[in-house]
Amino acid sequence: MKALKELTGVAAPMPMINVDTDMIIPKQYLKTISRDGLGKGLFHSMRYNDDGSDNPEFILNKEAYSKASFLIAGDNFGCGSSREHAAWALEDFGIRCVIAPSFSDIFYNNAFKNGMLLIQLPQEAIDKLTELAEYGSNAVFSVDLESQTVTAPDGSEHTFELDEFRKHCLLNGLDEIALTLEKESSIATFESDTSNTHSWLTPAS
Amino acid sequence: MPAKTLYDKIWDAHVVSTEPDGTCLIYIDRHLVHEVTSAQAFSGLRKSNRLVRRPELTLAVVDHNIPTTDRSVGIDDPESKLQMDTLRSNTSEFGVEYYDELDERQGIVHIIGPEQGFTLPGTTVVCGDSHTATHGAFGALAHGIGTSEVEHVLASQTLLQNKSKNMQVLVKGRLPAGVTAKDLTLAIIAKTGTAGGTGHVIEYRGEAITDLSMEGRMTLCNMAIEGGARAGLVAPDETTFEYLKGRPKAPKGKDWDDAVAYWKTLQTDEGAHFDLTVEIDASQIAPIVTWGTSPEDALPITDSVPDPKSFKDEHKQAAAARSLEYMGLTAGTALNEIEIDKVFIGSCTNGRIEDLRAVAKVVEGKKVADHVSAMVVPGSGLVKKQAEEEGIADILKSAGFDWREPGCSMCLGMNPDRLKPQERCASTSNRNFEGRQGHGGRTHLMSPAMAAAAAVTGKLTDVRTITGDT
Repeated sequence: MKALKELTGVAAPMPMINVDTDMIIPKQYLKTISRDGLGKGLFHSMRYNDDGSDNPEFILNKEAYSKASFLIAGDNFGCGSSREHAAWALEDFGIRCVIAPSFSDIFYNNAFKNGMLLIQLPQEAIDKLTELAEYGSNAVFSVDLESQTVTAPDGSEHTFELDEFRKHCLLNGLDEIALTLEKESSIATFESDTSNTHSWLTPAS
Repeated sequence: MPAKTLYDKIWDAHVVSTEPDGTCLIYIDRHLVHEVTSAQAFSGLRKSNRLVRRPELTLAVVDHNIPTTDRSVGIDDPESKLQMDTLRSNTSEFGVEYYDELDERQGIVHIIGPEQGFTLPGTTVVCGDSHTATHGAFGALAHGIGTSEVEHVLASQTLLQNKSKNMQVLVKGRLPAGVTAKDLTLAIIAKTGTAGGTGHVIEYRGEAITDLSMEGRMTLCNMAIEGGARAGLVAPDETTFEYLKGRPKAPKGKDWDDAVAYWKTLQTDEGAHFDLTVEIDASQIAPIVTWGTSPEDALPITDSVPDPKSFKDEHKQAAAARSLEYMGLTAGTALNEIEIDKVFIGSCTNGRIEDLRAVAKVVEGKKVADHVSAMVVPGSGLVKKQAEEEGIADILKSAGFDWREPGCSMCLGMNPDRLKPQERCASTSNRNFEGRQGHGGRTHLMSPAMAAAAAVTGKLTDVRTITGDT
């Protein structure tokens, strides 16, 4: 996993609520057996016209936001399907940080596994950041993960909460599976204990 | 000992280790795998030279992008075929049991887990699919995960998790005639909103819940994710044990007796703490349909399309206005005047035998309206077979329904079963998102009985006017 310590860049404002993962990456992109190259399908239905041309009205098609690395989003971002393709598509497009009032649980986990940082801030703060993001490519946002602070283009600072373990993994770009496998003996002990007390747990064949 | 909720009990029984910040390593008892969200996980294992830790705890099936026409003639779509072939070779390489497209046991992953007795009370169940919540009907802690977590479970049989909060949905009274588990689950989401359960595990409690069959409980828990919850739970009882007894992968002999004795302890203790309680009166629920593009956009069929201005919050007003435009609806239109083009019966929400029986009961001796095309996609090969043996398939076919092979089908339209732009569908599935059933397609979610009523009349209809329940 890619580490993330600091990030500076333009933020695309997208205040819609309940942006679901079908909207972030639709079904036709789920037939891949790879994690790569999904940025082209990001927000497909909103981003492209029926003839395949760019929809100039869509925020990420506007020149100011075509290289956005932040998204300022609405409540319940990433709801619906568990498809990790949504995180892969955002990351492949170049968005490493999404700031919203709330996220769905599954999307939240998926994003962090892919070196993305999701930041939850109150709705009033999001409304203000959305307004600032609308100033375009001169409106530069930055985030410092160590101090858990977002700095907005007007210089205002917003601190955010994050689990220590998640922060540690993201700061250092750690492979969680390798970390877990270091606990192999605890897992084995757990397995032998439960197979003694609950032998019914092994599926009948 | 402090009083514990059902969720607390299952959680505590699965903690392998705890990080200083409270993040836990949780043991996973059952892992279901399908073709769409697993390929990258198996490649990850291969790249890191890792094995599947306990292959016997994983069960794989093809469901998401498989066509629902005759599969013995092969699969036309090369991308779908590649994904299916990849799952076949991955499961063979890593020693995981796999039900392929020609296996009678093949079906939607959340239908076959319970059907095979693979899903059991008190277990932790995960799958790379958000509707894993379904298995909560058995008192199993079940939730969807992403592909990175699928790889983590395959490699270690564990997951890193933060404990969720406890929420209870207390359903008082009994559901009136003609009102089903689907109406109940939609009514709950309409009340709590799609983010109402975020960060929580819901336990559904009350008389109306214990009254439900296992099929009904699965429908209810299936949509816990649509209310934002990590998982939904119903405490196991005699209904649960009766459903499971004798299923191929369920415990046998002494193991069965030991298991039942343990399962009986899986009840929330008197006085256990819930962080959030939502109460709902079952007797006041009418058959429900959705009008918008979020499952929370749900109203009784007796109501009308709402005015976006009627919502207090400006973000909700904007969302409702966008929904009405997408759905091609005008505020004030009576819901039972909305004409439909398609009917879809199926999905992990409503593709079980009881759902097909409910449809047959409504349409027996009637015909699908001339302008409507209606399809039934049984949730599994075994559901299909049972429906054929019970004569349900014949009733549906004579009414004009298209009788298909099992799979996820038009619930998400990854296979050829899709809505065309602006086509309007009465659907028993779980998501009415923009484009979910096909680009530009318009979905109204409802119960199987309500979808059957819509098929017959050609418009959204209160099923009670057909069955005489009012």
